Amino acid sequence: MWLYILKRVLQGLLTVWFIATATFFAMHNVPGDPLTNDRAMTETTRANLEAKYGLDQPITTQYLIFLRNLARGDFGISFVQENREVNDIIREHFPVSAILGVLAVVFAATGGVLFGALTALYRNRLPDYLIMFLVILGISVPSFVVAALSQLSLVSLNTLVGFTVLPVAGWGTVMHMLVPALVLGLSTMAYLTRLMRSSMLEVTSSDYVRTAKSKGVPPTRIFTRHQLRNAILPVVTVLGPAIAAITTGGFVVELVFAIPGLGRYFVEAVQQLDYTVIMGTTVFYGAFLVFMVILVDVVYGFIDPRVRLDS
Amino acid sequence: MSESRFNPVPSDDKFVRLAGGQLAKFALNAMAGLALVIYLLSVLAGEAGSTTSGNAIDFENNAITIALREEPPQLDANRATDASSNVVLAHVMEGLLGYDIDAQLVPGVAERYEIREDGATFWLREDALWSDGVPVTARDFVFSWKRVLDPETASQYAFILYPIKNAEAINRGEMPVATLGVRAASDRILEVDFERPTPYFDKLVAYLTYFPVREDFYNSTNGRYGADADMLLYNGAYVMTDWVHGSTMRWVKNDKYWNRENKGFLDEIRTAYITQDINAKLNLFKDGQIVDTHLLSPMLPTAMEQRWQIDRSMDGSVFYLEFNHRDDRITRNKNFRRALQLAQDPNELVYKVLKEPSYLPGVSLFPAWLSGVSESFQKEYPPVQHQINVEKAREHLELARQELGIEEFPPLMMLAGDTPIGLLSAEYYQQLFRKHLGLEFRIDVQIFKQRLEKMRQGDFDVVLSGWGPDYNDVLTYGDLFSSWNLQNRGRYSSQDMDALIRIAQSELDPQKRMDAFGEIQHLLYEDVVILPMYERGFSFVVDPRLKDFRRRSVGPEVDYNYAYIEQSSD
Repeated sequence: MWLYILKRVLQGLLTVWFIATATFFAMHNVPGDPLTNDRAMTETTRANLEAKYGLDQPITTQYLIFLRNLARGDFGISFVQENREVNDIIREHFPVSAILGVLAVVFAATGGVLFGALTALYRNRLPDYLIMFLVILGISVPSFVVAALSQLSLVSLNTLVGFTVLPVAGWGTVMHMLVPALVLGLSTMAYLTRLMRSSMLEVTSSDYVRTAKSKGVPPTRIFTRHQLRNAILPVVTVLGPAIAAITTGGFVVELVFAIPGLGRYFVEAVQQLDYTVIMGTTVFYGAFLVFMVILVDVVYGFIDPRVRLDS
Repeated sequence: MSESRFNPVPSDDKFVRLAGGQLAKFALNAMAGLALVIYLLSVLAGEAGSTTSGNAIDFENNAITIALREEPPQLDANRATDASSNVVLAHVMEGLLGYDIDAQLVPGVAERYEIREDGATFWLREDALWSDGVPVTARDFVFSWKRVLDPETASQYAFILYPIKNAEAINRGEMPVATLGVRAASDRILEVDFERPTPYFDKLVAYLTYFPVREDFYNSTNGRYGADADMLLYNGAYVMTDWVHGSTMRWVKNDKYWNRENKGFLDEIRTAYITQDINAKLNLFKDGQIVDTHLLSPMLPTAMEQRWQIDRSMDGSVFYLEFNHRDDRITRNKNFRRALQLAQDPNELVYKVLKEPSYLPGVSLFPAWLSGVSESFQKEYPPVQHQINVEKAREHLELARQELGIEEFPPLMMLAGDTPIGLLSAEYYQQLFRKHLGLEFRIDVQIFKQRLEKMRQGDFDVVLSGWGPDYNDVLTYGDLFSSWNLQNRGRYSSQDMDALIRIAQSELDPQKRMDAFGEIQHLLYEDVVILPMYERGFSFVVDPRLKDFRRRSVGPEVDYNYAYIEQSSD
């Protein structure tokens, strides 16, 4: 077991190193650099700035310096947000993304399990059709459309009622979180609903459920103990990567709802060619994703004893 | 399980009913659980940077809430380059001169000034104070300007100080900083020597790179000057009291400001949102959360439905097709450029393709809002009346083909930005030149910085480019195509142009100076240096209770310095 975890962690580190290296060289190969600005600079100014940020060094030297600082967990100072360390940016803004992400996952998981169970129970009847229709919508409509539409409906709602029921954008109170989190979790919720439904149907027609029924086990007990509990396993499997994906993928929602999360920095850094922030956020998100995948694999071993980790 | 042994196997219906009941119970529990999770998260979120929420207009506290386009990188005026920094600094700082509500140049820290052929003198007012109560002195300007030009500072806007004696040499590291032609004759008299006559120097000092910095305060910040709200000294109508990075700011009325009777009427301005998403801004405005927002043409129907008062303003910038004049390019051939010029019509681009009602078709490099000697520049020096003429265009193209000695024109590269308007314009020109001239253009779409880098390297044949003004004088555009301007990325070079620009820079007689600009405008058309596309404008809406809000062509894009809340009469 411990050997397995160690092996996975080493693999994970290798993955993160690979992500960092690929990003580093891809980024430096893009035309332009962080110093490029629409007011052209004199040679002297450019030379001074390059020296200040170490951009005058050969690329291999820059890479080695980057690796050395990475080992120390130091990503340096942002080119655009001068005076701000990349670590500070991550420290201040990741919690916002994380809180939003956690709430979105909670929404997605509860919604997915409940709706999935409901559709399986009422298979081929009205609730099933209705929910599955919405699920298809939830999966196929991109989040920026849903985000914009829900924001628009908030405006209409507030106008209709005459006071601010739910704020349209911003961050700070529970009220600010509800709609963005729901929007962020929506496609995952839809996906989980489908997963839960098919998983439930499979379990329902399984031998042990039939046996339990014929034994005369009470329906509520069959439903909870035999059906739900077994059907929920695949959902748990995808939950880990889903948490990572949601937490790191919220930049559209963050943008639309003006939420000061990390996703915005991630995207803007690429547009601004802000080298240090690109590296910092990419490595951080990469490591986070890898960690979540490992975590799920390990936890899965505890939930389902049939999974033998060390073999 | 003893009692269950005697239960009959339930029918499917009954099973569903019972299981459904159980599911409903779970759902209820889940709701309760969710409520708990939300509560816990809200406690956590309170610590993770919140935005102050309030109404667009807060009558009780005489405050307004606005949205910023992006987070300012830092607020060191000497090094600021972006629009957001410009907006913030225009409210919390003041230069020697400033702009009044009608965008006319008025005294700021300087109560009067004199511009001569060889230099200028500024007399500072005695009641101009820093936010800590210490008077703003001439030394604060000397320190600031020397700092801008010090190569160590690497200020990207240093070029705007080049009219000062020795400035360019200092910035290149060829002379010591101490030799800069500026000195404090006393606390309240600032003397400037010019490198060459600079009749427009008064307009330059209103720009933020020229704002004062106090040496002792600067030294006390340990290199973090402008990084936080308390890392800056203020001398404008407002002071910034809070700055939560990436999230919010608060500007409060500066009670030490000398001109508080005419400027800075609000007690508080809150920047509660940072977003570039124009739809989000519109929704915030609709919901009464922010006082103003600008609109794109698809939003105009909504705005009209709401019966909002829609205003327009020019944002100051001009967009144009720029040619690559380097030796190995086909676009170096004047007949070729003339052919493209004759085949296009900016009116069609603006009215039929872009359909942005606040845009003006481009007729010149010098936009319509610039003033000449006594009235608008375009009125005094009307641009060439351009008319599309496909037949003549084809003749010029044939001439170009013969001059270049080629059988057929190879595909050419059209570099464009990744904005919707940029793409639309590029596609318009692509199909237009194909239809009229049989020329093939490949559109190379690049994000902002990559486009700039490709322009710098000359990796294009034509590029969709633009220019925004730094100061309120024709010269802010006028010297763009001089052979020495680094901004001239197509490397256009002509002795006539250079000679005219020298006159425009140094001539003291306003009439002769404007005449030079008139000739520059003519030469730009005759030599087909650029093809003007459009002047950009904005439609915008403001909360009707907020009066005297302005959008600017020069300086901060939004200006709340003169804004006040109209108290209702009842």
